[in-house]
Amino acid sequence: MRYSLLSLARKAAQGHRDWPQAWRSPEPKPHYDVVIVGGGGHGLATAYYLAKNHGVTNVAVLEKGWIGGGNTGRNTTVVRSNYLFPESAAFYDHSVKLYEGLSKELNYNIMFSQRGMITLAHTRHDLEAQRRWANAMRMNGVDSDLLSLEEMREQVPALDYSPSARFPVIGGFIQRRGGTARHDAVAWGYARAADALGVDIIQNCEVTGFDYDADGVQAVRTSRGTIGAGRVGLTASGHSTVLADRLGFRLPITSYALQAFVSEPVKPVLDKVVLSPATGVYLSQSDKGELVIGGGLDLYASYAQRGNLPTVETVVAGMLTMFPSFSRMRMLRQWAGIVDVVHDSTPVFGPAPVKRVYLNCGWGTGGFKAIPAGGWCMAHMIAKDEPHPLTAAFGLDRFAKGALIDEAAASGIAH
Amino acid sequence: MLLIHCPHCGPRDEGEFTCGGESHIQRPALSASAEDWAEYLFLRHNPAGVTYERWRHTFGCERWFNVARCTVSHRIEAVYAMTEAKPDIA
Ligand SMILES: Cc1cc2nc3c(=O)[nH]c(=O)nc-3n(C[C@H](O)[C@H](O)[C@H](O)COP(=O)(O)OP(=O)(O)OC[C@H]3O[C@@H](n4cnc5c(N)ncnc54)[C@H](O)[C@@H]3O)c2cc1C
Ligand SMILES: [Zn+2]
Repeated sequence: MRYSLLSLARKAAQGHRDWPQAWRSPEPKPHYDVVIVGGGGHGLATAYYLAKNHGVTNVAVLEKGWIGGGNTGRNTTVVRSNYLFPESAAFYDHSVKLYEGLSKELNYNIMFSQRGMITLAHTRHDLEAQRRWANAMRMNGVDSDLLSLEEMREQVPALDYSPSARFPVIGGFIQRRGGTARHDAVAWGYARAADALGVDIIQNCEVTGFDYDADGVQAVRTSRGTIGAGRVGLTASGHSTVLADRLGFRLPITSYALQAFVSEPVKPVLDKVVLSPATGVYLSQSDKGELVIGGGLDLYASYAQRGNLPTVETVVAGMLTMFPSFSRMRMLRQWAGIVDVVHDSTPVFGPAPVKRVYLNCGWGTGGFKAIPAGGWCMAHMIAKDEPHPLTAAFGLDRFAKGALIDEAAASGIAH
Repeated sequence: MLLIHCPHCGPRDEGEFTCGGESHIQRPALSASAEDWAEYLFLRHNPAGVTYERWRHTFGCERWFNVARCTVSHRIEAVYAMTEAKPDIA
């Protein structure tokens, strides 16, 4: 069913009682041409573009919990393409462009709000580094503008501009096309659109192993039985190395908890996304009025999806040095996701060492913004058995070649 | 929140320590291939279970030691010296 103002009015008149399910919950078939492991944004977008762009519809997305229940439903929803190197800029900007048309494409309101993403400058060195960074972005065809102190005061009046501030603000730069989107809606929108094209989305189905040999993968073993698979896409973020272990290869990934917080809802006070490189803290205000706050990683490897108190204290302290007026704000919720961190803060994307298995992982702290382009390029790679040009530099082979793409600064989060 | 038993100073709060990542990684011979160097530098075991890692008592005695810790429960199973072999933890 198409969502529209008319359908909304019609259902409202009937008391909203018989909206159809947004996607089916089918029993797994014995065999699929493509099995995607992990029903986060990347897995669901991959399935959608396989069907939409390549006509491959005999596809299952297997999710051990509920779709979007991993990092896709736990992130702080910042979308931007302010990366430094040409390879990253081309990829992430393709993603922002797809986000710009996504509500229409999926017939699902993902609430993409291009409110602008501001990075603060606290020192002369920050200013110099940002001049280079903003110019590199422009050279790569991505919008960016340096902001003077006066412009900063106008854009983000609530920041501490006093001379005694712990980290004085002296300028910054903005990507105006950056912003936020509704994370659940991205997962649900892709799921609904993929389902409509014939993709089976199978929740509560954990992949526990694989049948494979030198000729490649033949099947995935799951908590709901063995499912034959022509090709397998791995989109399991923080659990990617667990799956790689079951396929007999290793990945350059360490899993860490990354936390986020929301405050009680308050009146409009912040209409941009603001990041301080000094505190590692960034925040935005949701449409409901809650402040959405993120910070650095928890500092040791973890699969415990809850986060540790010392990091909470560091993040809150950082936020208060930026916005002292928030000191009486009550926090409503705190949570963590397990993120897949790579040495150079660039994804691991390409064919796996096992034939007909494909990797989409290593997003670390920043893969929500990458969902549309990640799905787009993953679908291309699976359908054509070759990397998409936009992700050709992200392969597993870059480590032995020494061709790392060090986006530590643009990843925006302290590691 | 971890309570870590520094072998030199006794039980201390996690905030006094720095985690140095996976331990027991052997440097390959100088003649090693590019693939072996990449493995040494970048590949990690990253288990969902017991991991063996280096920790430093940064805001204390400043010494390094090894910790066997479960990444799922965060339970510390063993603390042992840098030069000791991995303890066998079932
Ligand atoms: C607190 C926090 C804040 C963040 N903020 C931002 C941000 O502002 N902007 C940004 O761009 N990115 C951000 N990120 C990163 C972003 O959330 C992730 O990179 C992105 O969501 C990854 O999407 P995914 O589809 O690869 O993984 P996920 O959404 O994690 O999906 C993977 C799925 O695989 C499933 N799975 C795992 N193992 C198995 C198995 N064996 N069998 C079946 N299913 C399995 C999991 O249950 C999960 O649902 C943040 C992350 C966190 C945790
Ligand atoms: Zn000590």
